[in-house]
Amino acid sequence: MTVEIEKLVRRFGHNAALDGVSLALHPGEFAALLGPSGSGKTTLLRILAGLDFPDAGSVRIAGTDVAGVPARLRGVGVVFQHYALFRHMTIAENIAFGLRVRPRRLRPAAADIARRVATLLELVQIPDLAGRYPDQVSGGQRQRVALARALAIEPSLLLLDEPFGALDALVRKEVRRWVRGLHDRLGITSVLVTHDQDEAMELADRIAVMDRGRIVQFGTPRALLDDPQTAFVAGFIGEANRLRGEVRDGWLEMRDLPVPMVRVKGRDGPVEVFIRPADLLVAPSPRRHGCVEVALVRPETESARVVVRCGASLLDGVAPTQVGRILPGVLCDVTVRRLTVFGEDGAREDLHLVDAPGCVGAGASI
Amino acid sequence: MSAATQDPAPARIALVLLGAALAAAIFLLPLAAVLAEALRRGWEPAWTAISDPDSIAAIRLTLLVAAIAVPINAAGGIAAAWAIAKCDFAGKRVLITLIELPFSVSPVISGLVYVLLFGAQGYFGPALRAYGFEIIFALPGLVLATVFVTFPFVARTLIPLMQEQGREEEEAAATLGAGGWQIFLRVTLPNVKWALLAGVLLCNARAMGEFGAVSVVSGHIRGQTNTMPLHVEILYNEYMFVGAFAVAALLALLGVVTLAAKTLLETLTARRIGEHA
Repeated sequence: MTVEIEKLVRRFGHNAALDGVSLALHPGEFAALLGPSGSGKTTLLRILAGLDFPDAGSVRIAGTDVAGVPARLRGVGVVFQHYALFRHMTIAENIAFGLRVRPRRLRPAAADIARRVATLLELVQIPDLAGRYPDQVSGGQRQRVALARALAIEPSLLLLDEPFGALDALVRKEVRRWVRGLHDRLGITSVLVTHDQDEAMELADRIAVMDRGRIVQFGTPRALLDDPQTAFVAGFIGEANRLRGEVRDGWLEMRDLPVPMVRVKGRDGPVEVFIRPADLLVAPSPRRHGCVEVALVRPETESARVVVRCGASLLDGVAPTQVGRILPGVLCDVTVRRLTVFGEDGAREDLHLVDAPGCVGAGASI
Repeated sequence: MSAATQDPAPARIALVLLGAALAAAIFLLPLAAVLAEALRRGWEPAWTAISDPDSIAAIRLTLLVAAIAVPINAAGGIAAAWAIAKCDFAGKRVLITLIELPFSVSPVISGLVYVLLFGAQGYFGPALRAYGFEIIFALPGLVLATVFVTFPFVARTLIPLMQEQGREEEEAAATLGAGGWQIFLRVTLPNVKWALLAGVLLCNARAMGEFGAVSVVSGHIRGQTNTMPLHVEILYNEYMFVGAFAVAALLALLGVVTLAAKTLLETLTARRIGEHA
């Protein structure tokens, strides 16, 4: 089922919760709306569900404009943040609800409903809980019930609103993988709303990063990590060292971390520089008087994670070789393999690297 | 309760005793006195007073007024609570204040307002009379006054509960294909049914016992527009103490039965919740 969202605007009073949002989803895709709270992602989800309506713009599901279609006629499954299970109904009755409220001529026979509920209980792996009430089961089980209830109506589109937020960390990881597995089996186009980048990275085929009512970038997790279009995305997705810098005569200068010869094509002025820890390589200095001092070493499986002091900043990096010689207090060299520069307006600057040796080693591939 | 927040034993016992003594003095003593007065000359005179045709008429009228007013207030209370808890609209605060108005206005004033509106010299009285509608000094007036005075009970019981429950379940029901009525009957109403019953019972107790507003619009026509509280007053003013206290005891009994039913419901609800936890 395709979903096409065009130039959606939704205002609450003077605030625009959605400020011209456009997005197109492929059939069967698992997409995530990722952003801090207040970025408009839940509003967008509610509009898709038919629980809220836009002030401008259009939503088409499977090619049909759903502007005037109320929630009950959309056939969109929703898993709510706090599950919203019907507290006075058993789990089986909860799952059967969507089938029982159908008009008589579309309603399956009672025996068929019971069979369908049993199948769904199997699917979400809680067949023994049919007769319990929602407050008699655990958070993870409630989440499975909410999912089964949404799937019962055979939705064309499945919406998940922060579905893992109420689970504790251990259960969350497990349920997350299970949900992704279920999606791969059923192939329903799904939209996940979350503020947790790990969750979005692990689950989604593509992620729409939202900030203040706009989608700032929509792409695969890899593309967001490697090719952030704005400073907001670079800071929000993945770990990054943020440094202040300045472009003078087209050359990048950073006080704390002198890197060699990076040409910036934009205008001169202050810039923000992002360096992923994996792109900041720390190695013992052959001259025994390197430019940075190791502050902290965290041993990990392959390459140690290192915190180094560069001028006034503490930067995260990795030590791919000679890990044993990298100890707190040792002077080292760093090589920046890759960096991203954003102008004052948050937009990305085009870079050009002219390789030249400096105090700090430098690499290419910018 | 944790040990830290627990008062020392003597203080606790003293507090409980004080509370119990106050409750007994204020509530139980008068109730006992009413019963004692009613039965002062034995069961026979009391029964005669209650089975007097005027008394029977008063009992019947009281039950009839409650039977009309309580369903009206149940429906109105549910509608108001639904609007306040589940919808956003301008003037919500005003509506909440309006609902509480009967609690803060003297019942006599509300009765007088109806006389002013529908009485023989009132704004609409003559016109209605021309078409054969009697409101003041008749059943419609009694029902109107009772509805006004007892309106807040159902709404006030439901609003906090419905606000606490939020809208998520209703929204979930809508996404699953349920229409407005289905959502109301299958989700909203079952979620508040115990509170609704409690509110209805309280409303009923007040409706049967209402004196002030009803007194103004009734006209005190014996056997016709006298409700039980008014009948008690008339009997008392005519020095028919046994009769007055007998009818009063019956009225009190109706109230006590209502309260007992409410307490029973609350106990059952608590147990049901306990089972689920």
